[in-house]
Amino acid sequence: MNDYAHIGRSVQRREGRAKLTGAALFTDDFKIEGLLHGATVRSRVPRGRITGIHFEEGFPWDEFVIVTARDIPGKNVVAHLIQDQPCLADGVINHPEEAIMLLAHPDPQRVQDARERVRVDVEPLPPVLSIDESLRCDPVIWGEDNIFKTIHITKGDPDGAEAQGHLRMDATYLTGAQEHVYIEPNAIIAEATAEGVLVRGSMQCPYYVHHALHEMFQLPLEKVRVAQVETGGGFGGKEDFPSMLACHAALLSWKAGGRPVKIAYDREEDMACTTKRHPSRTRIRSAFATDGTLLALDVELLLDGGAYTTLSPVVLSRAAIHASGPYRCPNLRVQARALATNTPPHGAFRGFGAPQSLFAIERHMDEAARRLGLDPAELRRKNLLRTGDVMATGQIMRDEVDLIALMDRALTEIRYAEKRDSYPTLNASDDPVKRGVGFSVFMHGGGFTGSAETMLNSVAALEGTEDGRVRVLAASTEMGQGANTVFTQVAAEALQAPVDLIMVVPPDTSLVPNSGPTVASRTTQVVGKLVLDAGLAMRKTLLDAGLLLDGDVAGAIRTYVARHGALRTESRYQKPDFMEWDDTTYRGDAYATYSWACYAVDLRVDLVTYETQVADFVAVQEVGRALNPTLAAGQIEGGVAQGIGWGLNEEVIWRGGSMANHQMSNYLIATAVDLPRIRVFFEERPFAYGPGGAKGLGELPMDGPAPAILNAVQHALQIAPRQVPMTPEVLMDLVEGA
Amino acid sequence: MRGQPSLCDVLAPLNLDEALALRAAHPEARPLAGGTDLMVPFAAGRLPDRLFLNLWGLEELRGITVSDGEVTFGALTLFREIAAHPLFQREFPNLVRSAKATGALAIQSRGSLGGNIANGSPAADTPPSLLVYGAELELTSLRGSRWVPYADFHTGYKRSLLAPDELITRIRVPRPRAGGFHYFRKVGTRQAQAISKVSLAAWARTGNGHIQELRIALGSVAPMPIRARGAEKALLGRSGASLPLDAALEALQADISPIDDLRSSARFRRKVAGNLLADMLRGLALV
Repeated sequence: MNDYAHIGRSVQRREGRAKLTGAALFTDDFKIEGLLHGATVRSRVPRGRITGIHFEEGFPWDEFVIVTARDIPGKNVVAHLIQDQPCLADGVINHPEEAIMLLAHPDPQRVQDARERVRVDVEPLPPVLSIDESLRCDPVIWGEDNIFKTIHITKGDPDGAEAQGHLRMDATYLTGAQEHVYIEPNAIIAEATAEGVLVRGSMQCPYYVHHALHEMFQLPLEKVRVAQVETGGGFGGKEDFPSMLACHAALLSWKAGGRPVKIAYDREEDMACTTKRHPSRTRIRSAFATDGTLLALDVELLLDGGAYTTLSPVVLSRAAIHASGPYRCPNLRVQARALATNTPPHGAFRGFGAPQSLFAIERHMDEAARRLGLDPAELRRKNLLRTGDVMATGQIMRDEVDLIALMDRALTEIRYAEKRDSYPTLNASDDPVKRGVGFSVFMHGGGFTGSAETMLNSVAALEGTEDGRVRVLAASTEMGQGANTVFTQVAAEALQAPVDLIMVVPPDTSLVPNSGPTVASRTTQVVGKLVLDAGLAMRKTLLDAGLLLDGDVAGAIRTYVARHGALRTESRYQKPDFMEWDDTTYRGDAYATYSWACYAVDLRVDLVTYETQVADFVAVQEVGRALNPTLAAGQIEGGVAQGIGWGLNEEVIWRGGSMANHQMSNYLIATAVDLPRIRVFFEERPFAYGPGGAKGLGELPMDGPAPAILNAVQHALQIAPRQVPMTPEVLMDLVEGA
Repeated sequence: MRGQPSLCDVLAPLNLDEALALRAAHPEARPLAGGTDLMVPFAAGRLPDRLFLNLWGLEELRGITVSDGEVTFGALTLFREIAAHPLFQREFPNLVRSAKATGALAIQSRGSLGGNIANGSPAADTPPSLLVYGAELELTSLRGSRWVPYADFHTGYKRSLLAPDELITRIRVPRPRAGGFHYFRKVGTRQAQAISKVSLAAWARTGNGHIQELRIALGSVAPMPIRARGAEKALLGRSGASLPLDAALEALQADISPIDDLRSSARFRRKVAGNLLADMLRGLALV
């Protein structure tokens, strides 16, 4: 059933043709007169004091623009939540990729050559390179205790309940860093003088970059302009890092008297220096009744935040809130900390903390089932949340979702019951290839956490043009995920207009209102609703003016603009009236709604090579309404591929706080051959506060694959893997004994 | 790209004679065939060479000749040509499989057999197959040509018998008798487009229920591609029904000397090399 003209239909991707034919221009494609190419001189040691900087003699340094911390006209800071990260190291070094000096030259190869001819003398200090070293405060490298943020969530009486448990468990789960591997490395072009700063580039959040430039230059807001250029993927990797890169490029331009400066990282520099997913360690102590009822959870969650705060407190928040998974648990304690280490700061990555804590709880549930002698599906049947239940933060579960039915649908599709029974018999043969089936159940909160959406105060606008078209004005960026297309569909739906009438304006802070960052699965659910409401307002304006009687939207807009000179409607975020949140106690409605899912896998483990190959993958999810089924399924498939990579292959190897394997030949993401066919199914239960009933879904598919895979490995081998990536090397140690 | 083309020169001979003369005159010039190995460190700014000898256009180094007893490959034979050849599917399946396991289609369409050998990577995919088929190499200079067994060619990590004025010009492989047993398995970090962590190739001929001939070779477990001569010796002449698996595995561990690196650990390589040998012998016992 679809009562809509555009919503729920697979409208073709708006910018798809330009991208397919190569007509779309990315930052590094622009030909700019007088352009200088920028490069960065970095520290190479994880922690120390800079004692001197030397330029190789006889090299024509006068041809180069050279910037150090002393050239910063305002504050030496890359402004995020708090201002602890310098734009350029000034005396002190806190990670091995820290930027110390910037160089620019008209010849891109000369500037690469030059940066090898700068020698930075550093007096090394003992670094902190692991979560354990950070916890021991040996030494203290940040604040008083190396802790960026601590979050406590408590519900009921976890200690009392734990004592009564029939089964008590205590297990620790580890997850590794992950590199985004967006197809386009970070790139920015800047032109900066005291008259104004213009930054164009690849980014998710133009207003974050705007804020950072404003703070660093200490220029009035209106003198800073940031425009997003066609962006080749983000996955969170272009949420906070472009602020740093924009400051660097703008500083070089400033020093060069306003000449345009481009810094475009190559893949190696991008992998080594930009943010990655936070590594985590989660200890879960739990208590279950004899029948499998979950009595208590006590979760200690630790995230490695790297050298500076950046977004770690917010990542920690989402990790903590998702730590008890989709379960009714009357007695709960979550103690979560984000810790400082001397590595490049870890940052946003699709899922934003939730994949880490959901991995732990979903593995833990399968381990508990085995200890209780229950099928993992039976254990979940007993404990899954139901509408009206009280969630971890005291939030009443309002979503009318039947999680048991959702789970059963995935289990039926994968033929779980039959395989669960037959595989152990097959595996008893001497064939070294063992089979397993497993699944995970999980959720992902849509939009910013708690009251943050209210604080963002997002605005989107629509504008009618003289020629009868409609411009969508929002700061939300298209980065391959489909924002352009979804906004077009929603605006067309509200106006009852054909989609070709709608143009989504490329985000530019001088043109578009601040609809917030393009993160947190909020673009469709939150900003899409603003676009819808602005569209409904425009329709009402036209009707009130006595226009639109013949249904000709273009004609009505033309007439209105001719009569009144302009046609513009805006919509500002209003929280759903039920939402209450207290940031000090962490009590209340953490998210307006959640998307829900069950992912099931059938896999083979080859005990000759310890390789795990996923043979079949079923992804069932409830996402409110899929506004564009083709794009939605693509999001799910891509997220599952990224999740399989995180679970099995993608290992960041750290040496002295640096990513040692910062090349695509040594950091391997899944190819088509490594992936199964991913079968995507949507349950649709329209969400009252989303456009056309839609909820966020961009991050959801990252959360479920890793635990589902390791649960299936538990079934195949009767072992308990607790770590991702579960590389063949890790699995060999588990199977053969370390 | 961090490599700087403006700092490099390329010598571009028009024929093999010119190439050999330039090679003799400029021993520091790095021979450049398909470039698939060299361009990766070049782009990363890690290739020290500044002078290159381009072999790509030399027709004398192309072509595959099949005679009654052997197949001769020009050094510039592409992996794609090996993979597509109908005779090789039948007679040299290991070579076909290892050619198909090398990089992506683009690499297979540019990478050459001679280049793969000359680059000397212990992780290269085709050398173990060449070793088990008893390949020989023709090394040519202005001084003349000589044939050397491929098994003797590599003398250490990225070291070989190739003299500074020589080029690999041809690769010759005897055609194995029909009915042999062929085994090739590459273990990488993923199923395609990965550098190997361990690879094992084997060729055997059985008769009267016994192993009459056997060659086993491995990649990524020593400073160079190697024959597992100890393991071969433990198995040669033995009955397929009662293969001395433990002795062969023990001998294999002495044959190899793997290291820890970014791709894997010595421990994993030792264990999986043994597992591959056992897997190969399971197949052989069924023949």
